[in-house]
Amino acid sequence: MTQIKTHYNRRSFIKVSAAAGGGMLIGFSWLNSCKPNSPELAAGVAVPNEWFEINGYIKIGDTGMVTIYSPNPEIGQNVRTSMPMIVAEELDVPWENVVVEQAPLNTGWYQNQFAGGSLSIRLSWNALRMAGATGRRMLLEAAAKEWGLTVNDLTADQGVIKEKNGERTISYGEIASKAVGIEVPKEVELKRPKDFTLIGTSVKNVDGKKIVKGEPLFGLDFQRDGMQLAMIQHPPAFGMTVKDFNEEEIKNMPGVKDAFIIDTTIKEPGGFDEKGFLKLIAIVGDSTWELMQAKKAIKANWETIGALENSKSHLQSLEKALVSGEVQESRKDGNPDAAFKKAAKVIERTYSAPFIAHNTLEPMNFFAHVTDDSAELIGPTQTPEALEGSVSKLLNMPIENITVYMTRIGGGFGRRLYVHFGVEAAAISKKIGGPVKLIYTREDDMTQGTYRPTYRSIYKAGLDENNNLIAFTVKGAGLPEGPVFPHRFPAGAVENYSAEKIKADTNVTTGAWRAPSSNFTAGAEQSFLDEVAELAGKDPIDFRLELFDRAIKNPVGEKYEYEAERYAGVLKLVKEKANWGENLPDVHRGVAAYFCHSTYVAEVFDIVMENSKPIIKKVWCAVDCGIVVNNDGAKNIMQGGVIDGIGHSMYSQLTFENGVPQQMNFDSYQLIRNSQAPKEIEVFFVENEIDPTGLGEPGLPPAMAALANALYKATGQRYYHQPFMSEKQVVG
Amino acid sequence: MTTFNLNINGQDRQIEVDPSTPMLWVLRDHFQLVGTKYGCGIAQCGACTIHLGDAAVRSCQLPVSAVGDQAVTTIEGLSENGDHPVQKAWLEVDVPQCGYCQAGQIMSASALLKQNPSPSDEEIDSAMNGNICRCGTYTRIKKAIKTASNSEKV
Repeated sequence: MTQIKTHYNRRSFIKVSAAAGGGMLIGFSWLNSCKPNSPELAAGVAVPNEWFEINGYIKIGDTGMVTIYSPNPEIGQNVRTSMPMIVAEELDVPWENVVVEQAPLNTGWYQNQFAGGSLSIRLSWNALRMAGATGRRMLLEAAAKEWGLTVNDLTADQGVIKEKNGERTISYGEIASKAVGIEVPKEVELKRPKDFTLIGTSVKNVDGKKIVKGEPLFGLDFQRDGMQLAMIQHPPAFGMTVKDFNEEEIKNMPGVKDAFIIDTTIKEPGGFDEKGFLKLIAIVGDSTWELMQAKKAIKANWETIGALENSKSHLQSLEKALVSGEVQESRKDGNPDAAFKKAAKVIERTYSAPFIAHNTLEPMNFFAHVTDDSAELIGPTQTPEALEGSVSKLLNMPIENITVYMTRIGGGFGRRLYVHFGVEAAAISKKIGGPVKLIYTREDDMTQGTYRPTYRSIYKAGLDENNNLIAFTVKGAGLPEGPVFPHRFPAGAVENYSAEKIKADTNVTTGAWRAPSSNFTAGAEQSFLDEVAELAGKDPIDFRLELFDRAIKNPVGEKYEYEAERYAGVLKLVKEKANWGENLPDVHRGVAAYFCHSTYVAEVFDIVMENSKPIIKKVWCAVDCGIVVNNDGAKNIMQGGVIDGIGHSMYSQLTFENGVPQQMNFDSYQLIRNSQAPKEIEVFFVENEIDPTGLGEPGLPPAMAALANALYKATGQRYYHQPFMSEKQVVG
Repeated sequence: MTTFNLNINGQDRQIEVDPSTPMLWVLRDHFQLVGTKYGCGIAQCGACTIHLGDAAVRSCQLPVSAVGDQAVTTIEGLSENGDHPVQKAWLEVDVPQCGYCQAGQIMSASALLKQNPSPSDEEIDSAMNGNICRCGTYTRIKKAIKTASNSEKV
């Protein structure tokens, strides 16, 4: 068993228990109002008469029903199922007895309450295990005390404590009241991974039943008595601000209660305060449809305060940056210039990708109720703590007076790391002096900014007369950040190597978009390596494995940011599972592998031509994320990543004219649809006992390249510029 | 403002509202039936899919004045206890990621299966192409429709 020190002492425990208690009271008031996040009652256990709070994660009822608080926001990555699974494993309680509730923001008790960087499971693995193990230990101590024995005389399994040398048994529900008074242990024992009984199995989504019944779960569904609705109107173009508008006319429209301009400028904005427009027109009223009509009737004077950019100027900026732009980060090993001169073969290719929007299907929205001395915020946020901080700055109100509750979230992809819509809701609530729910239209959502940056990269490789890769360089520019990770693969595997990350300016606002930078870099680099392997006359998997072998045995330079064995491992696994190398008539195959967010993924795409159209028949996906918590849930998010990668490399783009986004809704902005998705995606995990890493992002990046490489085999055409559709290609 | 008599999920309901108001907002704002979702407002994403009679329609483009005496069914009224074969198949296959689009997906799928109990892959593609799943659960949606198609009578 692993001994692990508990992070908390009695004092912090008591402090946080009290806070969590307060949170629960609010939780119950939700039950009465509109029921988002109310617990799904467990099947086999009666509803308790009394609950006992063991710690901030665990509450046990007298019937043995266990409530586990899930600390992090749920954006579809399924942490509301997998995080409580980890607690339940160490607590040793049957999953059927567990109900899950969303924990409110509580920085005193929980750490890292955010959904981003595929970090939820990775950062909370120990804390969740500790919470479960601590609870188990306290229950055991309570039973030992009751029976006049020591903890060593007892065992706990599946919610029942047994005497080792005797007949007595007691359930968690029966002893819970006594466990509350037990001192929190300073050290607890964790299970060995091989003894896990719940982790590694497949547990269904805890919200599944509510989702298929259409129950209120999302921010947009939240309602409160006396609540008004609000909409905003932002300037039509980046580089513009609002001067004034036909305020009186709008106020007199049916259903409109108020209309005004809000300014959400705050002092010392943080990274998650990024937003397109600080000053906005706000309209408040009773019904969404009436507000939508009023919004259409707005006549505003927009003032130009910056450049009105367009897609053509963006491309010019990128091309210029690649020649003479500011290098943000770089790496150089050996002498690439000299190596290219003596190389037998040299290949150079340019790749690019447009701005894209997140387009969570649930548009931005938030509930806020601001009073003179408090602010309550409820809605879909990936970063509740950042929201709390920004609202505190906006209202000049102490953080202690602000509460943030998280609803289930209709898609994240990085969009809801940014907190402006919650801040705007708070500004509107303050102005009207009452509770309000702010709703964005799809058009507001798509034209507000916070986009994935646009990128352009030049890759160059040199082979010697024996077709060994002797030189590799990459220069990548982005608006506003370059898409290059200088120490990632193939750094460490090539004698003469250089990488330059270059920035260029834009006033279009950008943000983290699922697998930031990797969402382009993987596609470019892995497509390029496919072409280099072809030039070398080598199998693309063998070619990569040779490079990993070099990085393992005789690494170049001082460091590189990947474990070459694990990287090679996923390629070997996908090779085996897909029977790579087998001659399948009419099947055209492409492969790619990528490492980001601490997880290794390799994918093989099988394309067939039907009526001269490429169809993705099957995707094979091999993953090394360490221990897999929820097997089928993990497969689901990987499948989603693959489809998202296909969709955004194939179909999606946002273009600009005079600062105005040219795509505003799904009629002009194309997202992947059912018929364009692969027929089948099979996911395989490398089995090991390494602490788990995340899955929200790593499935997407390699899909872009595996698709391009398979399309090349199927059509004879290479794809360099996203969306590939603009290069006259359609899948499905 | 005009008064409309509607039949929603088997119940007679009355509402006074602007005739141009789409059913989406009548359901969400006036009847608190929020299972029907707003995604685009222009009938491109399918999140707002409901049944008008037996047909799947986009409620964001259906003015309340066009409903007349046709029966309206929303996700809340698809079954008594969430046990419609399509809902059961969705749970069995564990389709959802974020879950936001799934009510619309289920309404499209249940209308398809009512009309065509054994759809081919192409028929599924064509019936489901109007429903965007931003998380990319499409392979599971296809599998769940097959599962429901092979199960009891839809």
